[in-house]
Amino acid sequence: MRDGAEGAATAAAMDLLIRYGDALACDRLCDVRNVAGTMTQPSPVKERLVREGGWDKAFAVINLDCDTDIEVPAMRVPTCQLQHGFGPDARGVVPYPDQRIALQQDAESFYGRRGVNILATCTPYQVGNIPVRGEHIAWMESSAVIYANSVLGARTNCEGTASAGAASLTGKIPCWGNHRDENRYGTHLIDVRTPVDSFLDWGMLGYFAGGVAGEEQPVITGALGRPDLADLKHFGAAAATSGGVELYHIPGITPEAPALEAAFGGARIPEPIPYGPAERRAVYETLNSAGDRADVDFVLLGCPHASVDQVRRAAAALDGRRLHPGTELWLMLPRALRDVADRSGYTEVIERAGGRLLGDSCPAMSRVAPEGTRVFATDSAKQAHYLPAILGIEAWFGTLEDCVDAAVTGLWRGRLP
Amino acid sequence: MITLHGRTVVPGYAEGEALVSPEPISGWGGIDPAAGRIIEPRHALHGMSFTGKVLVFPSAKGSSGWSGFFQSTRLLGTAPAAMVITRISTKSALGAVVTRVPALTDLDQDPCLIIRTGDWVRVDATHGLIEVKPGTLEA
Repeated sequence: MRDGAEGAATAAAMDLLIRYGDALACDRLCDVRNVAGTMTQPSPVKERLVREGGWDKAFAVINLDCDTDIEVPAMRVPTCQLQHGFGPDARGVVPYPDQRIALQQDAESFYGRRGVNILATCTPYQVGNIPVRGEHIAWMESSAVIYANSVLGARTNCEGTASAGAASLTGKIPCWGNHRDENRYGTHLIDVRTPVDSFLDWGMLGYFAGGVAGEEQPVITGALGRPDLADLKHFGAAAATSGGVELYHIPGITPEAPALEAAFGGARIPEPIPYGPAERRAVYETLNSAGDRADVDFVLLGCPHASVDQVRRAAAALDGRRLHPGTELWLMLPRALRDVADRSGYTEVIERAGGRLLGDSCPAMSRVAPEGTRVFATDSAKQAHYLPAILGIEAWFGTLEDCVDAAVTGLWRGRLP
Repeated sequence: MITLHGRTVVPGYAEGEALVSPEPISGWGGIDPAAGRIIEPRHALHGMSFTGKVLVFPSAKGSSGWSGFFQSTRLLGTAPAAMVITRISTKSALGAVVTRVPALTDLDQDPCLIIRTGDWVRVDATHGLIEVKPGTLEA
């Protein structure tokens, strides 16, 4: 492919993959049929490139690291777009330039014609892109990578914009790291000694696990309830935020660890690191360390993008109530699930209370919160970690109910349950 | 003069003043590509410029946007002159490739301990060689 026999774009893609493989000291590529990357999300650099040479130029530079002019061909393998800053439902709601939304829509039509599935979510696995166990894939988005590796048993490293772009045109990615059996075993054992059986607690445990394991593979045992999709979505996003965890095992729950011994591949099981009430409280205090003022201007739910069940719970908590006049509530979700929320009547309940559902979206990517926000509250450990740095605002972290209470009263009254 | 040997990540030669991070670096949410600075609050290098410097750091952390943010430093003219990375990962490997700066990893000594901020460093990434002149800044 590098010789140009399959076109200049494919040759550039293969050239990037070879440079990337060399950088990893990896001389083998593996075949992938599932790529999750980012092409349509506007950025200042991308806007300039589009002005200079259209989407072909932007793809060449940003998605292939290529200086020559190419035409973007059809994707060789199934490829999807991850989350955006905001979609068209943000018009008139969010202080986000209309021209960015228009540019994004133009990008969607360009890339859609070339076979990019515009899922526009950080959770492709919630809207039909569910790789099977053992499948080699090339995904970006740290929270999606950890979910695909750990919960689904698929195999991916944390790819970047250019490697995902190159994979989409070649169906190849370096066979390094998480693609290989020997790198998929546990490295740290965390023994949970305080009950973890709620969305809040799974997120806090994930934040702790990332701090312990860094970029390696924690194995979690102990006083665990049975997690659902949203719990593990929150756990993984948090572990990928406080550390760089891309793969974990929960014996008896995640597919590559039917038992504790299997999680470590038969190797010696390390000394357990305890997660008890003191560690739990320390995580809660860390995630709440960026907040002093109790008056909350903004409540953010749905990071990673909410499941339908999370939307239903938010609607139930908001039913018959009304947001405080100075406080906004945004709930992020895949646009495809917004349709389900609309049909199920959840959107109407949330909007009647004064809240908003925003499809495709991520305030951390777009760097946009409601005008004048000084203090926000969230049920997401990931957003409580990132948004104070990105937007220079204070953060409160708590349960969905704490967040809804803050949205209705304008005051944070959350406590560690 | 101190010499370190390592493995080529991106070939090439560059020299410059060292900026040494004692902790991992975030790309997305950790640097401002337009300014060429570390912006992560509570980071040891918060507010420091890496433009034109030999950036020495233990590893990349955080979002998969790492490589894209460092690629932007090249496109905006704020890139470091070279990268010396203690422990490689997909984020930093791809990041060095798309930033197109000489880069090394797998050094025979811990570069974050041996090299100090302000040292003058010659990075011959093609031959896997780093020469460090302690504290002798060339104007």
